[in-house]
Amino acid sequence: MRSTSLPDRDLRRRRTSALARREERLGWILVAPAAIIVLGLIVFPVLWNVALSLQRIRLIELQRVDFFAFEPTLANFGRVTGIRDFWPTVWRTFVYTVAGTALSLGMGLWAALVVRRSFRGRSLVRGLMLFPYVAPVVAVTLVWRLMLNPTFGIANVWLERLGVQRVDFLGRPSFELFGFELPLALTMVILFEGWRYFPFAFLFILARLQAFPAELEEAAEVDGATISQKFWYVILPQLRGVFSVLFLLRFIWTFNKFDDVFLLTGGSAGTKVVTVQIVEWLRGRADIGAAAALSLILAGILVVLLLIYFRWFYEEETA
Amino acid sequence: MTRAVFEQRLFGTLKWLSVVFFVVVTGFPLLYMVSLSFKKMSELLVEPGQFLPTLADLTSLETYRAVLRPTAAGGQGFVLFIRNSVLLALVTVIVTTTLAVFSAYAAARLRFRGKRAISSGILLVYLFPAIVIAIPLFVLFTRFGLRNLYGLVVVYLAQTIPVALYMLRSHFQTIPSSLEEAGLIDGLNRFGVIRRITLPLSAPAIAAVALYVFMIAWNEFLLAFLFIVDKPALWTLPLGLQQLNSIEVPTTVLMAGSVIISVPVIVLFFVAERFLTEGLTAGGVKG
Repeated sequence: MRSTSLPDRDLRRRRTSALARREERLGWILVAPAAIIVLGLIVFPVLWNVALSLQRIRLIELQRVDFFAFEPTLANFGRVTGIRDFWPTVWRTFVYTVAGTALSLGMGLWAALVVRRSFRGRSLVRGLMLFPYVAPVVAVTLVWRLMLNPTFGIANVWLERLGVQRVDFLGRPSFELFGFELPLALTMVILFEGWRYFPFAFLFILARLQAFPAELEEAAEVDGATISQKFWYVILPQLRGVFSVLFLLRFIWTFNKFDDVFLLTGGSAGTKVVTVQIVEWLRGRADIGAAAALSLILAGILVVLLLIYFRWFYEEETA
Repeated sequence: MTRAVFEQRLFGTLKWLSVVFFVVVTGFPLLYMVSLSFKKMSELLVEPGQFLPTLADLTSLETYRAVLRPTAAGGQGFVLFIRNSVLLALVTVIVTTTLAVFSAYAAARLRFRGKRAISSGILLVYLFPAIVIAIPLFVLFTRFGLRNLYGLVVVYLAQTIPVALYMLRSHFQTIPSSLEEAGLIDGLNRFGVIRRITLPLSAPAIAAVALYVFMIAWNEFLLAFLFIVDKPALWTLPLGLQQLNSIEVPTTVLMAGSVIISVPVIVLFFVAERFLTEGLTAGGVKG
């Protein structure tokens, strides 16, 4: 078999090689503009970020500093990890990411199950549920800030009607609830995260649910399975793949998220995450080297977490 | 009552409670935003529980005029931000979609060396944190005086091309290649095939991608904040709105600004919900 098929394939390759060469050239021509922009503006900056993190470079010196003649130093890493708030910030970022991701996935699953079967007004409900996700983040954070405003926000108006004291939801680091110390502002930020991104999970899960073969559930029904049993033993197992992917995507994006926390609280009241601290180093203290070092640390932590995830938790999406 | 009947009743009720919950949770902030955008700040301060606007509020449009009026006339100069945002978003959409169509076609259809690397590279880049590339670009653009709308367009291209490429590539892979081969046999060259066969078949997908790119560019905050915050004449809508928030502009005027910035994306989504939803789940738009 082998001895006859090999020369045959060689022959074919030679015959089509002119065509293949043309195809190869065309492929490169078509890809080149996009590839150059992406390489130049993503791959190159990422590499250069490493160089920046190894030099003492401040914003005011930018116009005259020589980017390539420098004594490499690890001082930036020492400076950003040396501040007292460093480890608490990393831990906070982790908590915020895990809780925000879990909440958005949970709400997304719930929403998908609710609108799975058609009912009157379903498309309106579905459209409305996309609002948190598609509206500009600046607008929705402003609405949340207004709703939670301690003096004239609607949440406090209603609390007051119930005879409860006003609460500065986004301005208070902690709050005692039934003897527990609740990190109040951080909790609100996590709730926002769940609210804003559940539509993303919802759309993926709904698409998956609607692609299910109906026979499985029908068979379970014939066997006398109740609604909750169908959910646990038929529906949920089929969603494992999509959950793995969603968790991964949302975890990465939430871990690197800057806008939401910055716009809601500015990083005050115990909500500062690593990205907000990076921008503080860059804009507030005009210390570019430190900002670059901290962003590398952020990326490094993310890579470690992803390795752990892929090693122990990830499940390939089947079908 | 058997367990099956009990569960049927329980989940039947819970379902309707859940529908109400989701409608309130997503609809109320929207209602609150729109309502307060018509109110005067003084009314809100006096009666914060009365957020629904009266007929007089609805017709006066006081807050909208205040937010749109140029700064020279005592307003907030939103018209300028609208102009900047529209310009930035449109250029990004046109360039990104054009480049992505060609490169996605190549990545889906043609055989060439390095194709595999490009395909997996896209995914990697697409997941990459914006903050890590923002710092070196900030340094570079400051040095070369590129911290303006032109610079920002280029950065937005780098942010949106991977998403657009990824979505379009998955779409092109679903078009049967026999259609294109028929075109090639009938004497079309590759560009003819793309123009006469692939593009017409992909019009809805390309429109979906274009709308997503528009949404990303229109909503973007971090990079605009880093690059042009010190140049008020260049502020985009999100940046302008955030900056107004930090300088004691009446909250209801800010709500009018929020409505103005939200309307285009919400309208686009409601008009094209169905195929946008499909596009989103195919590509997983970053956010």
